[in-house]
Amino acid sequence: MTGASRVKFYQTGTFTVGNRLLDVSVRSVQSDADRNNSLNSGHRACQGCGEALGARYALDAAMRAVNGRLVVANATGCLEVFSTPYPESSWRVAWLHSLFANAAAVGTGMAAAMKVKGRKDVRVIAQGGDGGTVDIGFACLSGMFERDDDVLYICYDNEAYMNTGIQRSSATPAAARTMTTPAAGQEPGNVFGQGKNVPLIAMAHGIPYVATASVADLRDLEYKVGRAMAIHGARYLHVHVPCPLGWGCDTGDTLKVARLAAESGLFPIFEAEAGEVTGRRTIRRRVPVEDYLKMQSRFAHLFSPKRDERRIAMIQAIADRNIRRFGLLDKSEQGAHP
Amino acid sequence: MNKPFAITLDVGSSLANKTGSWRTERPVYVDRLPPCNHACPAGENIQQWLFHAEEGNYEAAWRQIMKDNPMPAVMGRVCYHTCEGACNRAKLDKPVGIHAIERFLGDLAIAEKWNVNVEAKASGKSVLVVGAGPSGLAAAYHLALLGHAVTIREAGPFAGGMMRFGIPKYRLPREVLDAEIQRIVDLGVKIELNTRVDDLDAVLATHRFDAVFLAVGAHLAKRAYIPAGDASKILDAVSLLRGMETGEQPLLGRRVLVYGGGNTAMDAARSAKRLGATETIVVYRRTREKMPAHDFEVQEAMEEGIMFKWLSTIKSESGGTFTVEKMKLDDKGKPQPTGEYEEMQADSLVLALGQDVDLSFLGKLKGLSINDGVVQVDSNMMTGCKGVFAGGDMVPAERTVTVAVGHGKKAARCIDAYLKNSVYAPPPKHELAVFDALNSWYYSDAPATVQPMLDLARRESTFEEVVGGLDQSNALFEARRCLSCGNCFECDNCFGVCPDNAVIKLGQGKRYAFNYDYCKGCSLCANECPCGAIKMVPETI
Ligand SMILES: Cc1cc2nc3c(=O)[nH]c(=O)nc-3n(C[C@H](O)[C@H](O)[C@H](O)COP(=O)(O)OP(=O)(O)OC[C@H]3O[C@@H](n4cnc5c(N)ncnc54)[C@H](O)[C@@H]3O)c2cc1C
Ligand SMILES: Cc1ncc(C[n+]2csc(CCOP(=O)(O)OP(=O)(O)O)c2C)c(N)n1
Ligand code: SF4
Ligand SMILES: [Mg+2]
Repeated sequence: MTGASRVKFYQTGTFTVGNRLLDVSVRSVQSDADRNNSLNSGHRACQGCGEALGARYALDAAMRAVNGRLVVANATGCLEVFSTPYPESSWRVAWLHSLFANAAAVGTGMAAAMKVKGRKDVRVIAQGGDGGTVDIGFACLSGMFERDDDVLYICYDNEAYMNTGIQRSSATPAAARTMTTPAAGQEPGNVFGQGKNVPLIAMAHGIPYVATASVADLRDLEYKVGRAMAIHGARYLHVHVPCPLGWGCDTGDTLKVARLAAESGLFPIFEAEAGEVTGRRTIRRRVPVEDYLKMQSRFAHLFSPKRDERRIAMIQAIADRNIRRFGLLDKSEQGAHP
Repeated sequence: MNKPFAITLDVGSSLANKTGSWRTERPVYVDRLPPCNHACPAGENIQQWLFHAEEGNYEAAWRQIMKDNPMPAVMGRVCYHTCEGACNRAKLDKPVGIHAIERFLGDLAIAEKWNVNVEAKASGKSVLVVGAGPSGLAAAYHLALLGHAVTIREAGPFAGGMMRFGIPKYRLPREVLDAEIQRIVDLGVKIELNTRVDDLDAVLATHRFDAVFLAVGAHLAKRAYIPAGDASKILDAVSLLRGMETGEQPLLGRRVLVYGGGNTAMDAARSAKRLGATETIVVYRRTREKMPAHDFEVQEAMEEGIMFKWLSTIKSESGGTFTVEKMKLDDKGKPQPTGEYEEMQADSLVLALGQDVDLSFLGKLKGLSINDGVVQVDSNMMTGCKGVFAGGDMVPAERTVTVAVGHGKKAARCIDAYLKNSVYAPPPKHELAVFDALNSWYYSDAPATVQPMLDLARRESTFEEVVGGLDQSNALFEARRCLSCGNCFECDNCFGVCPDNAVIKLGQGKRYAFNYDYCKGCSLCANECPCGAIKMVPETI
């Protein structure tokens, strides 16, 4: 149909997982009925777990990018615990768990082993939660970056140590209630520290590729995994994955919460090559941080018994700063993916 | 040893762990009633035909319309599209231009000579339809498709009813009307023109019909008492518009007054302008806001230079001078006389004050109940006389082509049931797909397409069609603005967003199924379904 081929508007475009109006070649990995399902059914993650979803998204995309020639090292954490109560593994990728702190180092070792064995085709991913990445595994990670080992490290950031019962990590946002930062006292919840932005720290290592992504933007996430797998050397992908249990949101609202984190500017989505920002996902329908915070009981003390105007404004300022810093409202810039 | 790549340990699979047992609520796929369908008086499944059009499958789209409405090209032009008023997309930007796409499909079908065929076996029953307006034609079409023999008796020289004798050419070109009527005739429907039914009772006594559908419309122009020196200066809109079809064009003169505020008044005024009037003034007793005419028609009339005199009634005429009384609205919004008069010069006055139904043809038919000048029918469109059904302008309802077509369809189904000694039971209505049931995040931003308009000079002097159609590419664009409210359009969201891979993709056109062995009931799929086609229901344990 001549008319049809000229129209470049597809109802939902690439916002939905699939789109029957798009050519099969440009559809998402997740829309494929024969996708790998790297993390299979029967895992024990909570209802609506963002981490389980994010991991399947990322690894399925990686499996397609490298034709199934993939090995994965996993740090201790929910992702490891809920997927592998021996002998019931949910993994449909070659997968290895060692310790909480050393996933990056194990990845390094795997990459070295493949090199020795002459298996140029086999690629390596190391992955873990925010605790395993930005806190206890940080030294191993920095070393992996600094040596430019041929590993893609993926951090699934659910903003606390969820597996052991929601303890604060250095990725826990200001004012959030966790078991170790209770909603009590003069300044309830987590402190307003300096923040610890590991994607920026990764960029400071000058490694070939660093990106952030959200489980709420599948196409962007898949694009970034594909991009990372096309590059050799140390690469870092930081994926925002809400935890309904730890954040105190509805199990069906995982993606909405993730979306609002991005749309408010609190979680900036961008990519960088060799230390320089090369793309950002711009905000489509901007919302005040309040919309995001209100959905989660970990921030309930900001709104009751009395609205904490001052600290809500401080969180808004963080979002505003991200928007300025990463140009998140710059509409001249196309999204990172087509 | 046949182990997967790089695997050394023998592993069991988590598939052994049926996490479905965690569930307290289960997702189920539903089809909700899209608001457009809900609002369509002809009962079109708009969302479904748009679904086909979105893929560029125009023929399938057209065939879907034809299940409910035999005249898409007419409908796309004259329907007042209540569907668009209900369209959920209006809450995002502008409603989907449903009528424009329908017109495109209808025109394409005419150009491509698409046709429908009778597939049902001949029933051996015959039905008389009185009146070949939209209601009679629609009933005949559906009855023919159901296998019944249909004869239409039509008083006038052409079929079409008010679509031909009311709606002017510049809104509905006659080739379009003719083509869509011909398609109905081609199904074997017999139309006897110039055959007024004068005494129905007598006709039924002499001819054997198994059922009758009455659709004579409302053609008697309402009059207002206006003492006039020269009665020939005063005519009614129905005769004026009808005259243009039958070639008896009345001489209106250069300055024409049109009395009334409905759509007929707009058509009469705009036609008068095209017939050569230099000044056409619509006189109406209330204000613009209170006018029953649709806003777009008033707008188009104004663009064409039609003038309006609000809050005025016409009292008398003498020697080309009309006496007009000023009105004012009371607290209830009703116009009240003020006793202030003024004079207006005009060559003629066209009365557009509405129409009554001419019921004289019913003869001594028994059992009929007539109220407010219209024939009463039950919920199955049957009058008080067994086997005699009625619809369109002659029964109590809104008077539009679309309502008339809807009545025709419904009556056909009820007549079909009646002929089989049963009673038509409409399928149960689905829950409405309200905007809040949708997740609008997923829809691309897309402004509405604007239909081209004929340039003003030609609008003021010719009867050429005013509003232009869409072409292939903007029809496709417009169709794709549809949100598919309440009905799965296979976007793969549920399949993608399930953290437990508990959604099975069944393949194109087959939608999805839940794998309740693993579904934990988190409701992500339901919340992220763009169109609200998934519902969570409590588990019964
Ligand atoms: C000027 C004007 C403009 C309009 N514009 C629009 C519009 O833009 N959109 C819209 O939706 N609606 C419009 N309408 C309303 C619409 O035309 C009517 O509601 C619709 O045509 C009614 O259909 P019907 O089949 O009931 O009757 P009609 O269309 O009136 O048809 C009845 C037919 O029955 C015939 N008939 C009458 N008595 C007998 C008899 N005794 N024996 C045999 N045949 C008989 C008549 O000749 C006529 O052909 C307009 C109406 C007018 C007057
Ligand atoms: C050295 C060591 N200290 C503590 C633990 C206990 N432990 C297991 S998982 C975990 C938290 C994991 O948090 P994170 O990395 O953020 O992953 P999440 O569970 O949130 O996905 C902790 C503290 C451990 N396994 N090893
Ligand atoms: S605790 Fe959070 S991260 Fe862990 S399985 Fe449950 S939802 Fe997922
Ligand atoms: Mg964590």
